[in-house]
Amino acid sequence: MNEQEQKIWQLLDDINDPEIPVLSIIDLGIIRSVTVNKHMIDSVQEVFIEYTPTYSACPAVDMINMEIRSSLQAAGFTNITLEQKLFPSWTTDWMSEIGKEKLKKYGIAAPIGKSCDNQLLTDLTIDCPQCGSKQTTLVSAFSSTACKALFKCNTCLEPFDYFKCH
Amino acid sequence: MTTKEIENPLIKFLLHLGDNALIMGHRNSEWCGHGPVLEQDIALTNIALDQIGQARNFYQYAAKLIAEKSGEKLTEDSFAYLRDSWDFKNCLLVELPNGHWGRTILKQFIVSAYKSCLYQALTSNADEQLAGIASKSLKEISYHLRWSSEWVIRLGDGTPESKQKMQDAITSIWPYTNEWTNFTDYELNILGDNHWNIKENWETILKKVFLEAGLSIPTNGYQHSGGKMGNHTEHLGYILTEMQFLQRAYPNAEW
Repeated sequence: MNEQEQKIWQLLDDINDPEIPVLSIIDLGIIRSVTVNKHMIDSVQEVFIEYTPTYSACPAVDMINMEIRSSLQAAGFTNITLEQKLFPSWTTDWMSEIGKEKLKKYGIAAPIGKSCDNQLLTDLTIDCPQCGSKQTTLVSAFSSTACKALFKCNTCLEPFDYFKCH
Repeated sequence: MTTKEIENPLIKFLLHLGDNALIMGHRNSEWCGHGPVLEQDIALTNIALDQIGQARNFYQYAAKLIAEKSGEKLTEDSFAYLRDSWDFKNCLLVELPNGHWGRTILKQFIVSAYKSCLYQALTSNADEQLAGIASKSLKEISYHLRWSSEWVIRLGDGTPESKQKMQDAITSIWPYTNEWTNFTDYELNILGDNHWNIKENWETILKKVFLEAGLSIPTNGYQHSGGKMGNHTEHLGYILTEMQFLQRAYPNAEW
């Protein structure tokens, strides 16, 4: 990784998911690669970024693209190509441990286990992110956004979101 | 979009998958704000959104392939908004009216069960982009399948009235099931020998859930077909009239 690429990774870490603003797109694990090449003739730096969207219909994708472009342009990069890479598909396994901690502090229970376990919310004990209780119940597998399920804590009686294993 | 005949089997297959997802998603979206309780309204709307997202992925890929082959510049919107019903390749079941909640759930269950088997087979397809979209969609569909299975069981195994309504819904929807596994040439071209597993696995899921729900599957009767080749029920025309209105009335409108 060269100096310019490092700088871009840092810039990307300042861009947050518009739906879950405590997570940066690096925490989410959607950036696959960053490459900076100097153009042979006019030595303009060409930036090539590959990313993998979280969900097929994630409405945040267009917004994130726009923010990447404007952040990089403000830092002087003009020639930017963003490419969607659908294979292999995004999984919650790519979310960083720091990201999972941030989620919990924000009040969203972080995904538990590996996506390949394929448990689909069955036999899972999700700790309440508010009070830490293990006495929680699934209310609905679908919640405020496609990536979350709705739970209720039976101890503090608060509802909370769980970021589904995917 | 020009009505240039698309002959490439992969592009036809992508449009078939995209059309199934888009039209089913559109039908589901009609429930937005009308669900029996808030959580279930949100669940069905989430499922609608997932399917529209999947349709976007298939359409975007088809547009890219067409651009590479012929240079014709199309976008995902060209497929959704600028084709007429005879260009759509979705199965007839997805365009049928929703009816009551149980009937809507039943349609979703049958389609989710089918898609879970189809996409499972496609995850190992030689075409990486197709395999990528399928494996992403499969994760989403696992949730759709579980949710709709639970509802079919709850209603089938519920009160005498809910059971009767579900059984009636099965009777009315069953004539639209064989079409899914009556594979066309363009599907066979992509699926190869995998198509046998799809049919078998699909039937296994349907039988298992209906058994648990105490519902019976009709054994014979007339079966409709034609959607995959562009011969649709009258319902699709009404869907397109609503869905495409803006682009038809104000060409190239953006917001």
